[in-house]
Amino acid sequence: MTNISIKSASEPEQTDWKRYFSFSTDHKVIGVQYLVTAFIFFLFGGLFAMIIRAELLTPQLDVVNRSLYNGLFTMHGTIMIFLWIFPANVGLANYLVPLMIGARETAFPVLNAIAFWLIPVVGILLLFSFFLPSGTAQAGWWSYPPVSIQNPSGHLINGEFIWLLAVTISGVSSIMGGVNLVTTIVRMRAPGMTFFRMPVYVWTTLSAQLLQLFCLPALTGAAILLLFDLSLGTDFFSPFKQGDPMIYQHLFWFYSHPAVYVMALPAFGVFSEVIPAFARKPLFGYKTVAVSSLLISGISTLVWAHHMFASATPNWMRMLFMATSMLVAVPTGIKVFAWTATVWRGKLHFKTPMLFALGGVAMFLFAGITGVMLAAVPFDIHVNNTHFVVGHFHYVVFNTVSMAIYAGIYYWFPKITGRMYSEGWGKLHFWLTFIGANLNFFPMHPLGLQGMVRRIASYDPQYTGWNIVASLGAFLLGMSTLPFIANMVSSWLRGRKAPNNPWNATGLEWTTSSPPPLENFEEIPTVTLEPYSYGESHRLTTDPSSI
Amino acid sequence: MESPLDSGNSLSKNLNSTPKRDNLAFGFPIFLLSESIIFVSFFVTYALLRWKNSTWFPPGVSGLDIPRAAINTVILVSSSIVLYFAERAIARHKLVKFRRLWLLTAALGVIFLIGQVIEWRNMPFGLDAGLAGATFYLLTGFHGMHVFTGVVLLLYMYGRSLVPGNYNAGHQGVSAVSLFWHFVDVIWIILFMLLYIW
Repeated sequence: MTNISIKSASEPEQTDWKRYFSFSTDHKVIGVQYLVTAFIFFLFGGLFAMIIRAELLTPQLDVVNRSLYNGLFTMHGTIMIFLWIFPANVGLANYLVPLMIGARETAFPVLNAIAFWLIPVVGILLLFSFFLPSGTAQAGWWSYPPVSIQNPSGHLINGEFIWLLAVTISGVSSIMGGVNLVTTIVRMRAPGMTFFRMPVYVWTTLSAQLLQLFCLPALTGAAILLLFDLSLGTDFFSPFKQGDPMIYQHLFWFYSHPAVYVMALPAFGVFSEVIPAFARKPLFGYKTVAVSSLLISGISTLVWAHHMFASATPNWMRMLFMATSMLVAVPTGIKVFAWTATVWRGKLHFKTPMLFALGGVAMFLFAGITGVMLAAVPFDIHVNNTHFVVGHFHYVVFNTVSMAIYAGIYYWFPKITGRMYSEGWGKLHFWLTFIGANLNFFPMHPLGLQGMVRRIASYDPQYTGWNIVASLGAFLLGMSTLPFIANMVSSWLRGRKAPNNPWNATGLEWTTSSPPPLENFEEIPTVTLEPYSYGESHRLTTDPSSI
Repeated sequence: MESPLDSGNSLSKNLNSTPKRDNLAFGFPIFLLSESIIFVSFFVTYALLRWKNSTWFPPGVSGLDIPRAAINTVILVSSSIVLYFAERAIARHKLVKFRRLWLLTAALGVIFLIGQVIEWRNMPFGLDAGLAGATFYLLTGFHGMHVFTGVVLLLYMYGRSLVPGNYNAGHQGVSAVSLFWHFVDVIWIILFMLLYIW
C-alpha cells in the first residue's frame, strides 16, 4: 500500500485496442470501459423498453404475457439506472476529472479498476436471471415488499434474489468509485487549482459522489434486510407479522431520491462545460453555479418522503416534504438561469454537443416544472401511480441526463480518441433522439392526467391514441442509436485527426494531446486562471460597440 | 515522512500534487462514514420496529443476557485502548512493542468473537422467532462480521510489520486498520445500548 511505483511519463504508450479488455488501472482506459459497457447495457434496456411499448401499442395483451411484462419493466428500470446512467456518468467522470484538475491519475487506481469490473458482473447476473425457472424479478425496480418477498416458485435462487444481489454488488462498486473520485478531487488537484478554479463538471461530480457515499448504504441496508425476509424467513417488512413495509420505503427512497441527483448533477456539469464553449462566453455566475451543486446534494437528502405521499404518510410529514421538495427547485433553477444567461447574446455554434446540451436543458425545464407539480401533495395524490409520473421521470432521466451523456460523449470524443466524429451523423442522431424522445414521453403526461395507471400490460381502449404516439416515438428513439453507433465506430477507426483543442475550449483537459499520454500531462500544469475565460482576448481586441 | 509537496517546481517530474499514500488517510475515513450508514439504517429499522411492537420477545423470554454481553463489551472496549497504545508505539518507532500490543488487540477481538459464538449457542430463541430473533441475529451477526474482518486486517498488518523497513516511511495502512477497529468498537457500544439495555 505504501510502495507504489510510478511509471515515468516517457514510457511508450500502449495504444492497442486490447488494453480496453484488460484489468487496466489507467483512469482513461477505465473511463472508456465504463462508457462502452454502459452503452451495451443501454441497448438491452432500450430493447426491453421497445418490447414494453410494442405491448402497449394496442389495448389488448398480445406481445408478451403478464409475468414477462412485469419482468421486462423491472429490468428496464434496473438496467437503465444501475447499468446505464450510473456507469456512463462514472465513466465520463473517470476519464475527465483527473484531466480537468491536472492530476496524473486517480487516487486509488486499483480500487477504481475493481469498481469497474463489478459492473459487467451485475449486468450478466441481471440478464441471466431471465432464464431462471422462476423468471426474473417482477416487483419493479424499487422492489417494494410485500410484493417482492413473495416467492411463489419456492426456489432459493429466484429472480428477486438475483436482483438484490446485483443491486448490492452495484452498490459496492459505486461506493468504491465514490471514495476514489472524492479523494481524487480533494487531494490530487494541480498547483493553483483551487476549489473555485475547478470546472463545474468537477463540482457536480464531487457533489454527486458525496451524495452516493452518504445515501447509497441505506439502499444496501434495505437490500440486506429484504434478502433476509425473502430467503431466511424473517419478517422485517412483512405487514402480516410484526414487520412494517413502510420502513423499506423510507430506506429505499432515502437513497433512491438522491440517486436522481447522482444522475442529474453530472448532467448539469456537462451542460456547464458545453454551453460556454459553444456560446463563446464565460459561464454566467460560475461560483453560484458551482456552490448550487452542493446545495442540491444537501437538500435532496431531505425530500425522500415525497415518493410516499400516497403511502399512509401522516399529514405533517407530507407538508414538510412538500416544502423541502419544492426547495430543490431553487438551486436547480439557479443553474438553468445561468445557462440561459450564458447563451444570451452569445455567439452560438450549433455543433452536435451543443444541440444535445441545449436540447437537454430545454427538456430539463419541462421535467423541472412537472417535478414541482408532483411535489405538491394534492396534485401528486391525483396522478400518483399514473403515466404522468412515468413521463416526468423519463424527461429527467432520458431527456435530460441521457442527452447530457450524449453531449459529453460528442464533446470529448476528439479528446478521447484523437479523432473527430462526423457532424452530419451526429446531427441526424440528435434530431432522431430529440423527436423520438418527445414523441415517446410527452404523451405519458396527458395519459396520466386522464388516469392511465402505470405498470399495466393491457389497458382501456380510451387510452389508445396517445399510446400509439408514444410507442412510435419509442421505436424512433430505438432507431436513433443506429447513427450514433455508426458514427462512433467509423469515426474512431477512420475519422479525421483531431487537434488538441478542436473547440478552442478552456479547461486543462484541452491543454494536453489528443488522446492524452499515459500520465495525462508532459508536465503538471500550474493553474492561474478562473475557468471559462471565454472571450477575454476577444474583448481586448475588438471594439465593444460591435458586440 | 515526506512533507506534502506544495511548490510547483518539484512535483512536475515525479508524483502528483500530494504524496500518494496520504490519499488513504483521506479516503478510508470517508469509506467508514459511508459504511456507518448501513449500520444507521439497521439501527433505525430496529428502533422503529421495537417502538411499534409492544410484545417484542417470544413467549417465556424476558430479555437478553446482559451480564455476558457486558463482559464482551469490556473486552472490545479495552482492545481499542490497547490499540491506541500500539499506535503510539509505532509513532515512536518502537516496533517490538507495537507488534506485541497489536497482537493483543487481535487476541481480544478473537475472545470477543468466541464470546459471541457462546452467546449465540445459548440463545433461547432462533432467527425465526419474530422480530426479536431476526434483529438480534442480523445486528450482532453483521457486527461480528466486521470484527472478524478487523481481526484479519490486524493479522495482515502484523505480518507486514515483520518485513524489515515496511513501516519506516509512514504507516497509513496501520492507521487505517486502527481506525476501522475503533469504528467497529463504537458501533458495538451503540448496538449494546440498543439491543441489550433499551
